[in-house]
Amino acid sequence: MTDTPTIDPGSLFRFATAGSVDDGKSTLVGRLLHDAKAILADQLEAVTRTSEERGFGGGSGRIDLALLTDGLRAEREQGITIDVAYRYFATDRRSFVLADCPGHVQYTKNTVTGASTADAVVLLVDARHGVVEQTRRHLAVTALLRVPHVIVAVNKIDLVDYSQERFDQIAADITRVAHTLGVEQLKVVPVSALEGDNVVDASEHTPWYTEGSYDGRPLLRILEELPTVDESGSGEARAFRFPVQWVIRPQGGVAQGVDAEATRDYRGYAGQIASGTVAVGDKVVVLPSGRTTTVTGIDVAGTAATVGGAFPGEQLQEAAAPRSVTLRLADELDVARGELIAGASPEPPEAVQDFTARLAWLGANPLQPRARVLLKHGTATVQAMVTSVDGRVDLDTMELTEATGLELNDLGTVTLRTASPLPLDDYSDLRRTGAFLLIDSQSGNTLAAGLVGES
Amino acid sequence: MSQTPQTAVREHPTGTGEQSALDALESESIHIIREVVAEFDRPAMLFSGGKDSVVMLHLAAKAFWPAAIPFPVLHVDTGHNFPEVLEFRDRTVERLGLRLVVASVQDYIDDGRLTERPDGTRNPLQTVPLLDAIMDNKFDAVFGGGRRDEDKARAKERILSLRDEFGQWDPRNQRPELWNLYNGRHTAGQHVRAFPISNWTELDIWRYIEREKIDLPPIYFAHDRDVFRRDDMWMAVTPVSQPKETEPVEVQKVRYRTVGDMSCTGAVLSDADSVDRVVAEVAVSTLTERGATRADDRLSEAAMEDRKKDGYF
Repeated sequence: MTDTPTIDPGSLFRFATAGSVDDGKSTLVGRLLHDAKAILADQLEAVTRTSEERGFGGGSGRIDLALLTDGLRAEREQGITIDVAYRYFATDRRSFVLADCPGHVQYTKNTVTGASTADAVVLLVDARHGVVEQTRRHLAVTALLRVPHVIVAVNKIDLVDYSQERFDQIAADITRVAHTLGVEQLKVVPVSALEGDNVVDASEHTPWYTEGSYDGRPLLRILEELPTVDESGSGEARAFRFPVQWVIRPQGGVAQGVDAEATRDYRGYAGQIASGTVAVGDKVVVLPSGRTTTVTGIDVAGTAATVGGAFPGEQLQEAAAPRSVTLRLADELDVARGELIAGASPEPPEAVQDFTARLAWLGANPLQPRARVLLKHGTATVQAMVTSVDGRVDLDTMELTEATGLELNDLGTVTLRTASPLPLDDYSDLRRTGAFLLIDSQSGNTLAAGLVGES
Repeated sequence: MSQTPQTAVREHPTGTGEQSALDALESESIHIIREVVAEFDRPAMLFSGGKDSVVMLHLAAKAFWPAAIPFPVLHVDTGHNFPEVLEFRDRTVERLGLRLVVASVQDYIDDGRLTERPDGTRNPLQTVPLLDAIMDNKFDAVFGGGRRDEDKARAKERILSLRDEFGQWDPRNQRPELWNLYNGRHTAGQHVRAFPISNWTELDIWRYIEREKIDLPPIYFAHDRDVFRRDDMWMAVTPVSQPKETEPVEVQKVRYRTVGDMSCTGAVLSDADSVDRVVAEVAVSTLTERGATRADDRLSEAAMEDRKKDGYF
């Protein structure tokens, strides 16, 4: 039986929108969905009715596309987006998961949320206002989270008469900020979400926007053609990492159709491959203990082939991220949830208790040095202390400045100590196993998005 | 060294774009289900026999195979459910050897704790029995089959959604959800709703049902039924949905896109009598499933949001 990795994550492309309030994000998303024909008749009817009732477009019959995504009562009343809205649409080439993130400063935490799982961020800039503080903040968040691709949509280009000169100026400004932040994969597109220019179809109003001097493609085409994270990952990024979620031992009862006798000694480690690939026979290391062993099986449940039939099992020879599988190991090791199974080569990370990290602070209360928190990394949750706050990003200069604490929406660098050692990757190498959460042990609230390493 | 469980060879997905997207969604959902089971003491899964909950339960079975599903299932029975669906529910629970907890809206109406609404719809009445069942059974996490593409309020829901002791959802105060690191910390009295199939669309669900050959209640497929027209929907003639004199009854070939309370769930005209035909039909549909078939969601633009804030699924 031949087994090959069957997941091509390129087929499911996740992207997030960001930008300042009133830049027209919801309208852009509505336009994308509308022009990509992802809006169904009854949704359009409801939005058309509401647009008419509110007198949108002064009786021109135009619809307020923002209403397609602003679903909460307060959002429609205030005409703003409060929380991340997830939308789904598909073209002939790709399925998209879109996280529409709000622009208000107090909702930056939602931009962090949307960007953390994104393959790309579409950052909106109002052509009349150019680069503003929120643009820099969102670009900084995007850079911090290492979102692989950034597309800057210079929106409302119709309101500056489709001026190439204005577009060039904004493109130069944003490129300068991006380079300061180390963002290299930047594309800039002139669009009008309201009029539909360069969103799905190329616009006749921007004849100067052509391949050669510019990207030249409309926004949706770029989204369809961008490579996904794994395809663009370097060799190092393919190191095998597997946080153990759950130990499967069928003693408490077997699944339908499984022979209880044959699986009496079964012990499998269930998890989702965070990065890389694994094959039967691979040497692996269990961290933080450092014990080595060999992978003897990669199991997944098969399909319930008949009505009332059994779930047959399927043994893979190889599996790749982001597949959920169950691993069997050669030696009787007592591996538990919270441990990490890593490929023996390249050299897996050493488990450490003291380390430096960057934080996006999301808590309502400021971070104080020596704060005691919970830290969640992979499937492990441990006690931790922020031993020092080493700096805060100044959003005007994008430089790290001295700080003694971090406030809501601040980005900064800290030193942490954990109660027990953790096998941490540098976030710049591996996003999944270089990321962690800080959690308030009393309220349970998420306090910060954490990224291992300094750069 | 552990023994190999019994296996059967099956054909591999071909790795086409469409199937690969399903693989990615399947793996994400299995990861979520395992996280919740590992981090909570007493999880339960809502199971109505509807297609979304059937897919969710199938994913749960795959997540723990070759072991059995390690939690009970919970059904809020409005008393107006389609008999075919209840029969399917019981058969599935039996087949998988699960414990079924039923919270009955009818019991609450019979003893006066709930009052029948003038319009006869019982969907909004499900919230109180649901919350009582959660409290009585000390469930600290409840899986729901909600999908973000169903409704604008659902589009704003987290995968792990914290609820207070009244089950309320506070959309303005949700925890940020970062990477795939789910924070399930909660205090006494709070519980969490987990939505493992948040990122699936209706079409994904049907394509997966086709790929995995998942069994469904028969009313999802085209069949002849006595129906009448009301509010631009085809309603079945049942004890709880009787035609008025001005609503003539006729036999039509119909199927259900959603399966809810008989009094407010409409059927759609369809010839799709098999899964592949349903997939083809859904792929070109010009109406959302809720818009086409749910009277309760037409009450207002924010009907779902209002129900969710009160503790609904």
